[in-house]
Amino acid sequence: MNGVRNFLNRTTNIKKPVSQRKGFRLVAILCASLLLAACSDDDSVAKVAYEVEVVNLTHDQPFSPLALRAHNAAFEAWKVGESASLGIEYIAEAGDNSVFLQTASSKNSATGTGIIGPGETSVVDLNSKVTDLYLTAVTMLVNTNDAFAGITGLDLNGMRIGDEKVVYLPVYDAGTEANSELAGTIPGPADGGAGFDAERDDVDFVAMHPGVVSRDDGYTESVLEGSHKFDGPAAKLTVKRIN
Amino acid sequence: MTLQRTGNTFSRINLSMHSKLAACVTLVAAMSSSAMAEVLDIEVTNLTQGIYFTPLLVTAHPDTADLFSVGDTASSEIQAMAEGGDISGLAMLADNLGAQTLENPAAGLLAPGNTTMISDMSTGENDRLSIVAMLLPTNDGFVGLDSWKIPDTAGTYTLYLNAYDAGTEANDEIINGGGAPGVQGIPANPGENGGTNASGVTSIEANQMIHVHRGNIGDTEVAGGISDLDSRIHRWLNPVAKVTVTVK
Repeated sequence: MNGVRNFLNRTTNIKKPVSQRKGFRLVAILCASLLLAACSDDDSVAKVAYEVEVVNLTHDQPFSPLALRAHNAAFEAWKVGESASLGIEYIAEAGDNSVFLQTASSKNSATGTGIIGPGETSVVDLNSKVTDLYLTAVTMLVNTNDAFAGITGLDLNGMRIGDEKVVYLPVYDAGTEANSELAGTIPGPADGGAGFDAERDDVDFVAMHPGVVSRDDGYTESVLEGSHKFDGPAAKLTVKRIN
Repeated sequence: MTLQRTGNTFSRINLSMHSKLAACVTLVAAMSSSAMAEVLDIEVTNLTQGIYFTPLLVTAHPDTADLFSVGDTASSEIQAMAEGGDISGLAMLADNLGAQTLENPAAGLLAPGNTTMISDMSTGENDRLSIVAMLLPTNDGFVGLDSWKIPDTAGTYTLYLNAYDAGTEANDEIINGGGAPGVQGIPANPGENGGTNASGVTSIEANQMIHVHRGNIGDTEVAGGISDLDSRIHRWLNPVAKVTVTVK
């Protein structure tokens, strides 16, 4: 199957009039009968690969598995002032990145495999292609209502194999769940409460996170403690091109 | 100054800015330094989720003066802006310097998460850009850009701004309409999501110079408590504003 697909794409990339392309008829038949999906997913575009390392810089905020997605310049996973997508809401409220990654091809997205504790480092490999040289990385601070650390649209153009790029991730508030800090509302170990809730009972736009209050700071109903406070940046992200 | 944080937070932007600044430095060295009129598009985004900006003052001015300096005492004009959102005094100061100034581009408050755009602002002979607005609800907090050198090289430059405390009023966090300079209290809470009848967080302003704001404290009491602000809504972490300047 792969052999056919590669042959097909090589052939269609030849810059000749259709009538002069040898094998055009075969390609057309194969394409129509077998591999329509493969035709739109152009495997002839050169591949790139990255090793993405994230360090959790917070005191007591474990991170949900890191979601990575390579994309073109037009895509933005979120924007300050605009309503969060359902995929971002799932990450920010529940640490669940499956909905966010469903909308991407498995060929240019990836997820980490586990929780990244405070002070811990996690490395996730990401494959992409030269037409998708922008990166979105996102993870939940799990001892919050709906905080996430991330960057969207990180420009990877011009990186050669072996090059590294370092960015520090600020903390955003998805705006999809009020920062009540109440028992039962926070999925992380501080509470073990609920994650995703489709109801949007907050401002419903993404902005910078104001931080958590905690009961040590006078909010007696909060399940959070002073240890759960954070400031920006919450994470260090190192992107290394490996292929 | 205010922009250093960018280096930590968003290196993509920072890298491109550095390379452009480097190019700019080279260019200036080659040409000697006489400010030429430039045309700017400016976008200001309120990055907070619960803090409003009062009418913005955006001004291109000479490098011989600035609107404010961290570590210095606030002028009476800065005090009027930071305590009550009144930018008329600063606008007059800027005019006297030959500045090109735009007042209130958002036509009122710039709400949380909102963006205002300024198109084709001419700098005249000026090569510095400053931006200020009061933060509501605070006693004397303001968002500020202090004398950013406007690059000679065409391009898009992204800056992140911090919240400052004018140092002119104790942060008691009592909403009582007190917006005139020297009058204690917060003039308004546009989101109407706070409390009333607070006893006051503090009556002391220990640092009376312009400094980085320590943030609101707030509480969760609707009536009474120490603060009329809500600790879950009215806090923030820097930066509080994103400014995108396109030099045409």
